[in-house]
Amino acid sequence: MGAYSAIWTARFRTLIQYRAAAFGGLVTQFFFGFIYVMVYEAFYASATTGQPIALSHVITLVWLGQALLGMLPWNVDPEVKAMVRSGSVSYELLRPVDLYGFWYARALAQRTAPTLLRAVPLVIVCGLFFGLRPPASAASAGAFAAALLGSLLLGCAITVLFDVTLLWTVSGEGIVSIATSLVVVLSGMNVPLPFFPDWLQPVLRALPFRGLIDTPFRLYTGDIPPSDLPWMLLHQAAWTALLVVAGRLLMKRGLRRLSVQGG
Amino acid sequence: MKRFLDAFRLLVRYQGISIRGQMQYKASFLLMSAGTFLITGVEFLAILVLFGRFDAIAGWRLPEVAFLYGLVNVAFSLADTFSRGFCVFAGMLKSGDFDRLLLRPRSTALQLAGQELTMRRAGRLTQGLAVLLWSAANLGVAWSLGKTALLLLAILGCCSLFYGIFVLQATLAFWTTETLEIVNCVSYGGVFAMQYPLPIYQAWFRRFLTFVVPIGTVAYFPALALMGKADPLGSPLAFQVCAPLIGAAFLAMALQVWKLGVRRYQSAGG
Amino acid sequence: MPQIVVENLVKTYRVAERKRGTWGAVKGLFGRRYRTVHALNEVSFTMESGELVGYIGPNGAGKSTTVKILAGILVPDSGRVEVMGRVPWKERIETVRRIGVVFGQKTQLWWDLPVGESFDLLRDIYKVPRGEHKRTREELIVLLELESFLDVPVRQLSLGQRMRCELAASLIHSPDLLYLDEPTIGLDAVSKLAVRDFVRRRNRERGITMILTTHDMDDIEALCTRVVLIHQGRLLFDGRFEDLCARVSRERVLTVDLAEPDAAVGDPDAISVTRTGHRVSLRFDPGRVSAAELIRRVTARWTVNDLVVESIPVEETVAKLYRGLSDGSL
Repeated sequence: MGAYSAIWTARFRTLIQYRAAAFGGLVTQFFFGFIYVMVYEAFYASATTGQPIALSHVITLVWLGQALLGMLPWNVDPEVKAMVRSGSVSYELLRPVDLYGFWYARALAQRTAPTLLRAVPLVIVCGLFFGLRPPASAASAGAFAAALLGSLLLGCAITVLFDVTLLWTVSGEGIVSIATSLVVVLSGMNVPLPFFPDWLQPVLRALPFRGLIDTPFRLYTGDIPPSDLPWMLLHQAAWTALLVVAGRLLMKRGLRRLSVQGG
Repeated sequence: MKRFLDAFRLLVRYQGISIRGQMQYKASFLLMSAGTFLITGVEFLAILVLFGRFDAIAGWRLPEVAFLYGLVNVAFSLADTFSRGFCVFAGMLKSGDFDRLLLRPRSTALQLAGQELTMRRAGRLTQGLAVLLWSAANLGVAWSLGKTALLLLAILGCCSLFYGIFVLQATLAFWTTETLEIVNCVSYGGVFAMQYPLPIYQAWFRRFLTFVVPIGTVAYFPALALMGKADPLGSPLAFQVCAPLIGAAFLAMALQVWKLGVRRYQSAGG
Repeated sequence: MPQIVVENLVKTYRVAERKRGTWGAVKGLFGRRYRTVHALNEVSFTMESGELVGYIGPNGAGKSTTVKILAGILVPDSGRVEVMGRVPWKERIETVRRIGVVFGQKTQLWWDLPVGESFDLLRDIYKVPRGEHKRTREELIVLLELESFLDVPVRQLSLGQRMRCELAASLIHSPDLLYLDEPTIGLDAVSKLAVRDFVRRRNRERGITMILTTHDMDDIEALCTRVVLIHQGRLLFDGRFEDLCARVSRERVLTVDLAEPDAAVGDPDAISVTRTGHRVSLRFDPGRVSAAELIRRVTARWTVNDLVVESIPVEETVAKLYRGLSDGSL
């Protein structure tokens, strides 16, 4: 366990050093968040029919999305990418560490450390001035926290799956870039899922990606009542387990393939 | 005029070599293009989904918003594709390779412009073009020769503006080693903001997009003229038609700032 | 009319002092301290068309700075510079069109492209007329023996091959003036000789003026009659290379090949004696004992099969020179 926490602290320290970049990134996110908010306001202003979510909730969702953007599995671990490219990934097999676990720990570190740096100031400022409302109730807040944890675990499973796909180099990169778009859309990060057409809703509810953003966020705003929490958690856990198993299997296959090719 | 043609020929030659080099990695190129197509297409998907629930935004219907979107994305990806040299410039400065450019009897900006035409951005271009063409067909606009010319000018003007932003971003490297992400705000944020009609933004932001970084000017106003739409902000038609020139002026200004940067490099010794 | 005029050239750099450690980094955020480096301190010299001048000095002496100013890349703080009648940094493009530069450590070719394509690109950049380019290109390819790897990307070439390509590339637009910055660095003996030979011939046959910056004293000895020595931004010597060496040291070495390998050879006037097998080298100062006298003495006492008298290696002379410069003794 010590090895994993060491990874986490190292990453955190590096990120503190890149404060200038972190700040710049913060500004970017404010900027984008603002634009989204103004766009939604304009849409709602000319709305003639009722909408699946209230505008104030949508604004909260936007800011939550910007704050927690770091948690979305939208890219691969750049070091893994470099390792695969250079071929040194085969050396990883010599280490007395479970490689999947190792990559998973890295993913955890990458998702949490930068997020904390950005989320806290963003939430504070937007909460005070720009329409980020507090959770609908204490129960909602608790549900949000639980679902967020589930989202983190799920997201890391997806990230590691992406990393593993890189073991099939050329096609791997292309597949990942395509899959990334799917993740962004189907998680509700791009547009809150309730806006999608009604006939699409069952599909969106079944897929794992909603567990990343849609579930925790709408628990926060109360659009999903806290009483639904157990089902939500089950959904996340089931998909996480599936993706972990798939990831491990593919990893074994991929590594074997590499060593056969003489990596 | 001859100098311009000559410079253009050199540019084309450079680009041809770069393209040929990249075509060698066909499979990877196709997949990456597909990836870029999708990830940039995601933004349009948002528009489509939202228009499934809403009828209009600030009085603009879907084809009109799509038109603006297509215009801005095509311009951006063109500028992005042809300015890769400026993108990697900071690294070149660090490794001391800029001297090599100064030793050649050509303007440094021209040499950078010719570098590394990257085909990977083709995804955004294709997607933008598709949307633009679809919307153009569905707008109910009669596409006369004059209107088509204005559209091309608008794309060019918008492209020049984005190009100018990229040049300015690169010029910063002469003064600081930090990569200022804030400038990415302006370029990527700008393209994102301009997909939607200017009036939806609050006054301060509108003014920013019109006067400080005039992305709004070169995209929104010509689009109005092309669609024959009335402007709630009250701009005259003449202004709308001439707006692309502002893009060219911005680029010219950016190139002057670039020259200042080069001069500083020569004084400080790099 | 001299081709190059340099008068009272001054160039100073401000180098930011970097503090070490985290605390130093934080302090660094609140204003930096700068150290002034006097790269060039009132340097003056002229060069006529067709000269081949060696520009030497210890590291950091100001050699690269001078070359950069002459090429128009760098702007000096003060002083007058004229290259072929033009002020280099004021008319960069026009100046650069007529000069060629070879940097030993950096390439001007396109890394991923075949050599031949680099040459073609250069033709377009320098706007060389097609016919003229063809002729020059063919000639250079033959002279430098580049034919066999014209289609090979530059990154795959050996250092020797690459240097020959760099030379060709620098001459493809027929410049009047050539700056060579460490052109033989890292090359094997054969390549060095080839490069030296080519440079010498080009200078003699075409009258291309050349400035050679190098640490390889064999290059200087082989190619340059005139050297300019620069140290800590000051021009210390401008004249013949032999004169410079003589100023540093007149020492010479007598090496004898003994008939009896065990003979203990020595001489009261010898500065030092070294022995390898049956070869003994005696170092002496011709001022104290002439070569002829020393030979007479040695051959009188021991049987000698063969002998030779030579100067001490040039490298050593110059090393001594640089050391003397830095500790102020010279």
